[in-house]
Amino acid sequence: MTAVSEAATSSAMRAREATVRRFALTDMVFRAATRASAILVLVLLGGVAISLIAGSWEALSKFGISFLTTESWNPVTENFGALAPIYGTIVTSTIAIVIAVPIGIGIAVFLTELCPRPLRRPIGIAVELLAGIPSIIYGIWGLFVFAPFLQTTIQPFVIWLFKGIPGLDSLFAGPPYGIGLLTSSLILAIMVLPFITSITKDVFDTVPAVLKESAYGIGCTTWEVTRRVTIPYTRVGIMGGVMLGLGRALGETMAVTFVIGNAHRISASLFAPGTTISATIANEFTEADGNLYASSLVSLGLILFIITFIILAIARYMLLRIDSRTGA
Amino acid sequence: MSVAMSLHQRRKRKNGVMMALCVIAAGIGLAWLALILGALIYKGVSGISPSVFTEMTPPPGDAGGLLNAIYGSIVMTVIGIVVGTPIGVLAGTYMAEYGRFSKLTTVVRFINDILLSAPSIIIGLFVYELMVRPMGHFSAIAGAVALSILVIPVVVRTTEDMLNLVPNALREAGTAIGAPRWVVIRSVAYRAALSGMVTGILLAIARISGETAPLLFTALNNQFWSSNLNAPMASLPVTIFQFALSPYEEWQQLAWTGALIITLTVLGLSVIARSLTGRREDR
Repeated sequence: MTAVSEAATSSAMRAREATVRRFALTDMVFRAATRASAILVLVLLGGVAISLIAGSWEALSKFGISFLTTESWNPVTENFGALAPIYGTIVTSTIAIVIAVPIGIGIAVFLTELCPRPLRRPIGIAVELLAGIPSIIYGIWGLFVFAPFLQTTIQPFVIWLFKGIPGLDSLFAGPPYGIGLLTSSLILAIMVLPFITSITKDVFDTVPAVLKESAYGIGCTTWEVTRRVTIPYTRVGIMGGVMLGLGRALGETMAVTFVIGNAHRISASLFAPGTTISATIANEFTEADGNLYASSLVSLGLILFIITFIILAIARYMLLRIDSRTGA
Repeated sequence: MSVAMSLHQRRKRKNGVMMALCVIAAGIGLAWLALILGALIYKGVSGISPSVFTEMTPPPGDAGGLLNAIYGSIVMTVIGIVVGTPIGVLAGTYMAEYGRFSKLTTVVRFINDILLSAPSIIIGLFVYELMVRPMGHFSAIAGAVALSILVIPVVVRTTEDMLNLVPNALREAGTAIGAPRWVVIRSVAYRAALSGMVTGILLAIARISGETAPLLFTALNNQFWSSNLNAPMASLPVTIFQFALSPYEEWQQLAWTGALIITLTVLGLSVIARSLTGRREDR
C-alpha cells in the first residue's frame, strides 16, 4: 500500500460520507415538509372551527340558546333566530335522502346484478357524471326548467288530489309557486343520488361471491339474494353512504339557493317557499350590514358545520368499519 | 303441489317486480343526466358566439360577453391549484410513505375525509374571517385561497390512495441500490403513481372550476376587467348566479351560455380523469 492510494481512498471515503450526510439532510427536510403538510390539514379544520366560533360570538352571546328556537329573522329590528333555516335544512335533506336511497340502491343492484357487462362501466360513469355537474348548474336548471314544470303540471295535480284529506291537504297546500321546499328536496335528491349509488355499488362488490352463489344454489331469486344476503352483509357500508349523502345534502348551497324561495318562515306545506342555512348565508352575507347581522349568519354557518361534522364523522366511521372487514 | 307452485310463482313475480324497479331506477338516473344536459345545450348553444369570449359582462339590458368572468375563473382556479396541489401531494406522501402506520396518519385521514365533504360555503366563511375581514375588502386572492382549501383534501386523498397502490418491492429495489428515502419516493413511487395523481389534480380542477359558494364573499364579483389580485374579481359561477337571478333576458341568456361552458369543461375534465385511471382498472 502506498501513501498515494491511501490518500485517494480516504478522500473517496470523505466524499461518500459527505454525500450520505447530504442525503440524510435532504431526506430529513423532505420528511419534515410532508409532515408539516399533513399537520396543515388538521390546522385547516381547526382554523375553520375557531374562526366560526370567533365570528359567531357576538350573536350567540346576545341571543344565547334562544337563537336556536326563535323563528323570527328580522334585519331591521336586529332580532335573529335560526329555527326556520334549521327546519328547512333538515326537512329538505331528509326528503332528499328518503327519495334518493331507494333509487340509489336500485341503480346499484341494477349495475351489479342485472346490467350486461359491456354496459356496466358506461352507465356507472354516466351516473357518476351527475356528481360532477357543479351545483350552480342544478340551480339554474331547477329554476328555469324544473320549477316551472312542477308549477304547471305536478303541483296543481297533487293539490287537487289531496284536497280535503286531513293532514295531506295542509302538507301539499297551494298555491303552486314551483319553487319551495319540495322542489329543493327533489333537486337535492338528484344531487346526492350519485354519491349513494357509487358507495352502495362499491360495498356490494365486497360481498364474497361464495355467499351469493350459495344462496343462488339453494334456489333463491335475484331479489331474495339481494334482500337476504347482499344488503344485510353490506348494511353498515350502505348506512355510511347514506350518511355521506346526507352530509352533502345538508351543506348543499347554490342549487338550493335558486329554488328554495328564501323565505324565513316555517309553513306546514311542502310547496311553500322556505330557506336553509346555506341558502340564507349565500343570499344575505354580502348584504349584511351591521356586525350583529353578519355574526348571526356566521352562527348559522357554525350550526351547519357542527351538524355536518357529526353526520360526516358517523359516515366515515361506518365506512371505516366495512373497509377494515374487507381488508382483513 | 299447487301450494308449492303458487309460492314459487309468487316469489318469481316478486323478483320480476323488484328487478323491474331496479331497471327503472337506473333509467331515472340516466334520464336526469339527459334532461339536465339537454336543457343546457338547448338553452346554452344559441348564445355561443365569438362575443362571449371577447367582450366584458354587459350592464343590464345590453349585449356583451363573459370574457372577464372566464378570465377570473381561470386565474383563481390556477392559483388555487398551484397553492393547493403541493400541500396536498406532500401531505398524501407523508400518509402513504413516511407515516403509513402512524397515529397522525389515521387522524389526518379522518379529518381530510371530513374536509372533503364539508360544505364549501363554510370554507367561504372561513376565508372571509381569515382574509377579507382583516384586509378590509374582497379580493381575488381570497377567492383563490378558498379554492385551494377545497383542492387540498381531493389531492391528499388521491395521492395517498395511489401511493398505497405502488408495490413495496419497487421501493425496496430503490433502497437496495442505495437511494435515500426521498429519492425513492420521488423517482420510484411518484413515477409509478403518476397517472393516478394527475387524475386527482384533474378532479380537483373540475371541482373548483364550478364552485360558487366559496367565492361569493371572498372574490365577490366585478363587472369590469380586472387583473388585480388584490381587488374583487369576476368568476363564471358567481356571474351565472347573479345573471340567472336577474330579470333581464340578455343576462339570463349569458347565464345559460356560461353554465354550458362550465359544464362542458367540468365533464370533459372528469371524463379525461376517469379514462386515465380507467385503463388501469381494466388491465
